Amino acid sequence: MINERNLPILATLLVFIMLYGFGMYQYQGFRDTLVFSNLLTDNAFLIITAIGMTFVILSGGIDLSVGSMIAFIGVLMAYLISNTGMHPLFAIGIALVVGVAFGAAMGVIIAFFEIQAFIVTLAGMFLFRGLAYLINLDAVPIDHPFIAGLYDIYVPLPGRGGLTFIAMAMLVLLALGILIARRTRFGMSVYALGGDSHSAALLGVPVKKTIIKIYALSGFYSAMSGVIFAIYTGSAYPLAAVGVELDAIAAVVIGGTLLTGGVGYVFGTFLGGMIQGIIQTLITFDGSLNSWWTKLAVGGLLLFFILLQKGIVVWVKKRSAS
Amino acid sequence: MKKNNFLHKHQKTLAPLLSLVLIILVTASITPGFLSIKIVDGHLFGSLLDILHRATPTALVALGMAVVIGTRGIDLSVGAVIAISGAVTAVLTVNTDFPVWLVVLCALGTGVVCGLWNGILVSVFNIQPIVATLILMVAGRGIAQMITEGQIVTFHSDVLDAIGNGYFLAFPIRVWIAIGMIVLTVLVMRKTALGLFIEAVGANVRASRLVGIEARLLVLSAYVFSGFCAAMSGIILAADIRGADANNAGLWLELDAILAVVLAGASLAGGRIYLLLTIVGVLIIQTLTTAILTSGLPAQYNLVVKATIILAVLLIQSPKTRQWLSGFFSKNKNAGKSSAGEASTDKRSAKP
Repeated sequence: MINERNLPILATLLVFIMLYGFGMYQYQGFRDTLVFSNLLTDNAFLIITAIGMTFVILSGGIDLSVGSMIAFIGVLMAYLISNTGMHPLFAIGIALVVGVAFGAAMGVIIAFFEIQAFIVTLAGMFLFRGLAYLINLDAVPIDHPFIAGLYDIYVPLPGRGGLTFIAMAMLVLLALGILIARRTRFGMSVYALGGDSHSAALLGVPVKKTIIKIYALSGFYSAMSGVIFAIYTGSAYPLAAVGVELDAIAAVVIGGTLLTGGVGYVFGTFLGGMIQGIIQTLITFDGSLNSWWTKLAVGGLLLFFILLQKGIVVWVKKRSAS
Repeated sequence: MKKNNFLHKHQKTLAPLLSLVLIILVTASITPGFLSIKIVDGHLFGSLLDILHRATPTALVALGMAVVIGTRGIDLSVGAVIAISGAVTAVLTVNTDFPVWLVVLCALGTGVVCGLWNGILVSVFNIQPIVATLILMVAGRGIAQMITEGQIVTFHSDVLDAIGNGYFLAFPIRVWIAIGMIVLTVLVMRKTALGLFIEAVGANVRASRLVGIEARLLVLSAYVFSGFCAAMSGIILAADIRGADANNAGLWLELDAILAVVLAGASLAGGRIYLLLTIVGVLIIQTLTTAILTSGLPAQYNLVVKATIILAVLLIQSPKTRQWLSGFFSKNKNAGKSSAGEASTDKRSAKP
């Protein structure tokens, strides 16, 4: 069961348990379920984005547009709800379709024009941020009983904690992501593409179609994250979620996915997102540390996991050579 | 016929240059006085000068980025390095009585150290450049905040003021600095074997090693150079606003720099780079920004227009588009002829 492919995710799990255990040992308040359920809620939008990013990175690509997409979808939703009087459910539907369409469009450019994903999604990042500015320049509240109702859904857990709608939506999307990655032909194609795209093509993986689907899926997840972010903050702001693409990539890498593609788990990404949340919570609990320690800690973890992966790859090569 | 040959030969060089001229002409026709340059107190003033002035930090960063991209790498950390070197400049100016040259030297030194860090991760540990430089991109702003202790540190220094906003021989001093760096880099890259080696490493690492090029050292020095350039840009940006803002200094500058290099026709897959065209790329991006601001369009159009034009340029430059277009034209010319020969060359060029 423990083979070298599982080592990164085992390391992720270990880091998660150690950080959480440290918090429980150090602080009385950390032992309550409230901390855990808050982690789920507060990091939901990051984890949802990172799930989509996992597929992109598994296939050997990258998607820099996700942060802007979150802001754009939020602003679009706010506009549809307050300016056209549309029911939020329709607005969410339209927002998701737009997200998938933009993702697929980037996929088409990447697949058919053979321009690097890095550059195409970079242009997408500018474009979505700009579109968000076009709709609205200021932060606007999203006032609708339906949105407020969603925010108030709450399933109490033992202790003081409880699952919010946001947390549950994230968990459902996580389960969906795991299913897509592990139980569908598309999921297998993604892993094959990331492993070796030439062999994948020879094995009959529809490379171009898969690439388009991957970016459409990432568009779906980041649009979903935009919806969740809008519910979470109850507002829309074109400058929201700046730099989330970096946090999402960090979550994927800390979650044990190989950045060269081909190896990794969606569940690891969930742990990677939670680890970033725990670091933030620990720094808040401590009280004396400044916020920049979060960045340093995440950077340090990134380095650790990248070196770990490198070490494993080298070790496996040596072992298979001898 | 001869003219056509010339066009064909210099297609790559002409495209960015023509784009720049076109953008300037279109802007000039929309905004009266865009092209006018006045002399006030022996200084040149005008929109075009403003573009040069604002483009210097990006130009410096893009220069380093071009060299790194030439080695088949990428440096995402330049924005963070700008923040760090700006923070070092500000804190040393305020908290110590170091002379200015020592402050500048320390700031440049931090850039070199950052570059060394990236370079060691890439060339010694063999980590993918995007990933290796991502670490500093994430942690770098934290380091900068640690140096400034989370504050925006403002400072005053005559020499640094001059670097940020001073004039020399009618041109801004920072433009002279950039020109100096560009000339120096072009000389080193084109008149010595170093440039050839760097492009060789980017084109094919294994082959370059077989002919005896010390690839590791070259890649390492490319990242050090990029860190140095970013630090220079950080000093100028800090001197410009007389302060160091760890959160916002050089934010997204890495993306503009990468775009400039790509607009110049370089491939992110390494190999040939175009230093002067990269500067043209920087000017295209800055002219667009300035043009949108001066044309009276609301500032929020800036990003959409920029993204659309960049996408258009990328699509036009894509080899695939050229193939389709040439396939389309040759089909029209001699409809019967099959494009078997073309297909085989396509296959060859598709392989890295």
